[in-house]
Amino acid sequence: MEEMLREYLPILVFLAVAIGLGLVLILAAVVLAVRNPDPEKVSAYECGFNAFDDARMKFDVRFYLVSILFIIFDLEIAFLFPWAVAFQGVSMIGFWSMMVFLAVLTVGFAYEWKKGALEWE
Amino acid sequence: MFQTDFNIILPEVVLAVYAMLALVGAVYTGKDKLAPAMTWLTAIVMVLIAAWIGFAGDGSHLAFGGMFHDDPFSRFGKVTILLSAAAVLAMSAEYMERRGLLRFEFPVLVALSVVGMMMMVSAGDLMSLYMGLELQSLALYVLASLRRESAKSTEAGLKYFVLGSLSSGLLLFGASLTYGFSGTTLFSGIIEAAGAGQAPVGLLFGLVLIASGLAFKVSAVPFHMWTPDVYEGAPTPVTAFFATAPKVAAMGLFARVLHDAFGGVVGDWQQIIAVLSVLSMFLGSIAAIGQRNIKRLMAYSSIAHMGYALMGLSAGNAFGVQAMLVYMAIYVTMNVGTFAFILSMERDGQPVVEIDALNLYARREPGKALALLVLMFSLAGVPPLVGFFGKLYVLRAAYEAGLIWLAVLGMVASVIGAFYYLRIVYYMYFGEEREEGLDGGKSPVLWAFLMGSAAIMLLGVVNLFGIEGVAQAAAATLVH
Repeated sequence: MEEMLREYLPILVFLAVAIGLGLVLILAAVVLAVRNPDPEKVSAYECGFNAFDDARMKFDVRFYLVSILFIIFDLEIAFLFPWAVAFQGVSMIGFWSMMVFLAVLTVGFAYEWKKGALEWE
Repeated sequence: MFQTDFNIILPEVVLAVYAMLALVGAVYTGKDKLAPAMTWLTAIVMVLIAAWIGFAGDGSHLAFGGMFHDDPFSRFGKVTILLSAAAVLAMSAEYMERRGLLRFEFPVLVALSVVGMMMMVSAGDLMSLYMGLELQSLALYVLASLRRESAKSTEAGLKYFVLGSLSSGLLLFGASLTYGFSGTTLFSGIIEAAGAGQAPVGLLFGLVLIASGLAFKVSAVPFHMWTPDVYEGAPTPVTAFFATAPKVAAMGLFARVLHDAFGGVVGDWQQIIAVLSVLSMFLGSIAAIGQRNIKRLMAYSSIAHMGYALMGLSAGNAFGVQAMLVYMAIYVTMNVGTFAFILSMERDGQPVVEIDALNLYARREPGKALALLVLMFSLAGVPPLVGFFGKLYVLRAAYEAGLIWLAVLGMVASVIGAFYYLRIVYYMYFGEEREEGLDGGKSPVLWAFLMGSAAIMLLGVVNLFGIEGVAQAAAATLVH
């Protein structure tokens, strides 16, 4: 038990350093920075124009769909990469597990393609 | 080696492959035109797999190094889950088709969530637990928002998703703590690390967080708040599904985690489960009194029923698990019948959910009213119907485990809860004359499920169709 917890010590140290550094940087800005605000400085600013409209606008659900699809295939790469790197040591079961995983993803891909999720118009 | 592992999970593989083939097959051919046939086919496949598991399954096996259990307990859960999911599919085909809701994804999503539930009751490892849970939940989130153009349905889906993710987060945090302090994700390893009597503090945190996450899934108070909104917003067949199979799966998973992974430290979780049980029973019974919408009413009813099932679990011994299994099987049968009635509630083709519409229903449809009367009495736990024996079982389990206060509170809650079940009966038989009543609701399938469920509640009093013995064998494998 003790032994195992000790293995986590570097993580604790890392956390302490990360929090400490973050706090120092934020507090330094509060303490050291020169501040003399005027109305022009603190008003909303958009490339030299006044802001056109609210930042919380509606946008097309298709962007969302594309980003979801991107994430799925991005994660697929995250799985594939270590598998490919360790390919020498992967057994037949490991090989076929990945093939099954890819086949399941392909089922989803074929479905969304036929369903028209990839067409913009 | 791999061959034997594979043979053990073959039922899950068959259902998953069926779901994927159905998805691709339908999208490349007739799409939604095939949906009614696919719904029925999926129901038939589920019944066949249930029969396969029920009759061919034998003994206890471990697969994939203990990550997957095939034992009488998991088979009891799987058969209940598969049969109730098949019943809900059979009931919903016609209802959804008439309202233009039936898409071919519906049976596929139900099948995939059932695969997840089968994983859940078989899980022997924190990772297979989470995998099954997420597969089930993700499919259910989509099902809740099936009626895309309805604000309520999308709200239900979103609410379920956000709160479901929160509960998954709690559960994962608990799982990571458990892993951190026991050094393994296998239940068999955790039970060794936890020891007997008193668990180490870190493991205790893990246990409490895992229990909170699972309480969310079974909608036990204080983690119940999503239930009424999701039940109301989701299309009624989906509500019927939510109220049956996922509850069995989550309860099965709950029992498995508590006994397989934390079976040595019963004293540590007994109080937690007992408190969840008392709160659920009372909130479910009291909050339902103000509900006029029958779907919300059934949501509170399911919260109260989960309280009773948890009471069985809180006994912390084999008899308690047996009581919980018997209770869940009875609960699911009653709910299938009740939802068959709710699905047939309509006026001029539009679904009706107000209980006021039931005024003097018995004069128009004496047969169906009588069946609903039997089901309501059974849900309330009035002797001598089967629902009463379910309650008797869990009360006995609590009493024999020395939790007399819990049994007494359970009886008080059941008396309070009887009020709103009996009010429906009162409306049907002695209500006041109203202009707008309900149409006949002529679907023969719904009629058959309603009558069948009511008949089981009457005939089952002889010997509960022998599920006691099966549940006893199932509980014996779980509790060592």
